[in-house]
Amino acid sequence: MKVRLNARGNYEEWRKAARAALTNGLEPKFVDWVVETETYDLFGEAASIGDSAVCESSDGSYPTPANPKRRTVSNSAAFVTSAFIELTEIAICHSDARRFDLCYRLLWRLQSQKHLLDDPADPDVRALHGFVKSVRRDMHKMKAFVRFKETQAVSERRAFVAWFEPEHFIVAQTAPFFQRRFGDMDWIIATPKGSAAWKGARLYLSEVPAKPFELKDEADDLWRTYYANIFNPARLKVSAMQSEMPKKYWKNLPEAALIPELIRDADRRVRQMHERASSAEAPAFHRALKSRMTDRSQ
Amino acid sequence: MKKSLRERLAILSDAAKYDASCASSGTSKRDSRSGGLGSTESSGICHAYAPDGRCISLLKILMTNFCIYDCAYCINRSSSNVERARFSADEVVWLTLEFYRRNYIEGLFLSSGIIRSSDYTMEQMVKIAKDLRLKHDFRGYIHLKTIPEASAALIEEAGLYADRLSINIELPTDAGVEAFAPQKHPQNIRRSMGELRQKIDEFSEPTFRRRRKRFVPAGQSTQMIIGADATNDATILGSSASLYGRFRLRRVYYSAFSPIPDASNVLPLIKPPLIREHRLYQADWLYRFYGFDIAEITAGRKDGMLDLELDPKLAWALENRERFPVDVNRVDKEVLLRVPGLGVKSVQSLLNARRYRRLKIEDLIRLKISVRKVKPFIVTDDWTPIKLIDRANLRELFAPAPEQLVLL
Repeated sequence: MKVRLNARGNYEEWRKAARAALTNGLEPKFVDWVVETETYDLFGEAASIGDSAVCESSDGSYPTPANPKRRTVSNSAAFVTSAFIELTEIAICHSDARRFDLCYRLLWRLQSQKHLLDDPADPDVRALHGFVKSVRRDMHKMKAFVRFKETQAVSERRAFVAWFEPEHFIVAQTAPFFQRRFGDMDWIIATPKGSAAWKGARLYLSEVPAKPFELKDEADDLWRTYYANIFNPARLKVSAMQSEMPKKYWKNLPEAALIPELIRDADRRVRQMHERASSAEAPAFHRALKSRMTDRSQ
Repeated sequence: MKKSLRERLAILSDAAKYDASCASSGTSKRDSRSGGLGSTESSGICHAYAPDGRCISLLKILMTNFCIYDCAYCINRSSSNVERARFSADEVVWLTLEFYRRNYIEGLFLSSGIIRSSDYTMEQMVKIAKDLRLKHDFRGYIHLKTIPEASAALIEEAGLYADRLSINIELPTDAGVEAFAPQKHPQNIRRSMGELRQKIDEFSEPTFRRRRKRFVPAGQSTQMIIGADATNDATILGSSASLYGRFRLRRVYYSAFSPIPDASNVLPLIKPPLIREHRLYQADWLYRFYGFDIAEITAGRKDGMLDLELDPKLAWALENRERFPVDVNRVDKEVLLRVPGLGVKSVQSLLNARRYRRLKIEDLIRLKISVRKVKPFIVTDDWTPIKLIDRANLRELFAPAPEQLVLL
């Protein structure tokens, strides 16, 4: 049986389909999870997902599935553990098309092996953890590498926007972090995999892909100044930097443009420190300090 | 002529780079849902990495790099000819908030040269933290470097606004401090750590009031410079162990002495001993998370220096071959933690997995354990290292191939 999904990180969508399949006793090998493409028309409006794509909640909290209090406990016969929900909620955000199949197979096996997820050496469990790890890393990097640019405010609150390109469908999962952190300003984070916005009362989420834009912020210059000067050329370790700040994120980081030059120049700067060694004469205020000290001790 | 904000930022961040700490984790959980700006998460966030591989998590700057002290290893010592600058309190506050709003940083790490007196300098720094918290309702992370000899009352006030306080021990031995930092007094630095520990303990006493006051929730840390004097690793690690024990420090940072502009000629202008620094951190971890004693780690080393080629756990295992191989299906957690190639996380997964199956090599592969590294030291259901442990050339199996080094 074919199951068509929008597949943009919406857990509810998969959960409903998976529950239906399980209730009907469909074995995993008979379920064909198909990712719909071209759901949006060329003008950037949501064509087929309608209002449901934009979730809102009046108290500002992120609506289900991330809020566990609101999770309705299944009344059907499906058996799941909280660990299963926690992990699959994250895994479903992965961009690999095989995630749906894997999660359903785990759900299926969980019905007869209640402790399945406790065994980290099981191949399916291992694969699930692999997906989760990759998504969590991407979420973590989004928290780190989103760069807000100030824009025209529409109210007394200051307004900021950011363009970011995540690897997975993580905007809805990561937005609450920005809500907790930047409560007193308006902000929008736009990405090709959905967007989030905060205006003080509500968190707006959209699955619609956004288009890139460019904005200048004067503070970026100060930030680059800081970045260039906090770097210690005597400790150059390029691979350590790149493993934590992979190049795929560089194009949206204002400081990244400086990196090649900082690396190229490092050796020369260190040599210069060696060649110059210490100056012959200490500055005037040092000499003044010294004479004050000797006065005192006499 | 007065330097622009940008010029001063360049000078005062350049001067701050020799402080290693960038931690922004382990503090109380806060966020801006009830107002204000900022939040703290359970784990810190590194917002960027410099090409030196170090994470940039905080705006790490000096309030001023004018200093009346003349510590030989320091870029800001009074006898150095570096350019000097000073921020006003408002400028530091402004930079912190604007950087924070753009999601460049987790918060502020403020240090300073000492101007006029210790108390005057500390007062200015406390003002910055206080303004951030009270005037601007800033809820992000603040780390203040306390000034040696500052009064206890000022340190206590700082503790109300800062997440972490630190004071640098600077060099691993008292003799070293006296030789290179003539105005600093190791016994006063330790007294100040002791007083802070006591305050932290006092504030964490249970109380009948509804809310306890927050006081330095991320604790205190310190830093030692490595390689400026001849102290060996055993002494350095011994000194750290005593700091962890006596003052319950959260972290001791090791900073490889690195050439600075206009360096003093009493110190060697060497390439910073980065591998040594790395090995010290590994040993520090073995002490804090793997149940090793400092004495055990350095016991096999005649000169008290850690092996630069092998990580300290592997070096220890090769010295103690009679303890291996161990059966991963049977031995206790403490024994597994001592197997080279197994980290705290992989030990936990092994313990979990073996409740459900007898572990084989393929299970280890699935648990992302480096089988090549652990094989000589373990027994699994389908693997016993025949004679490997008695091989004379065991060290060669692990030591890296020699490579051409750059002179300097």
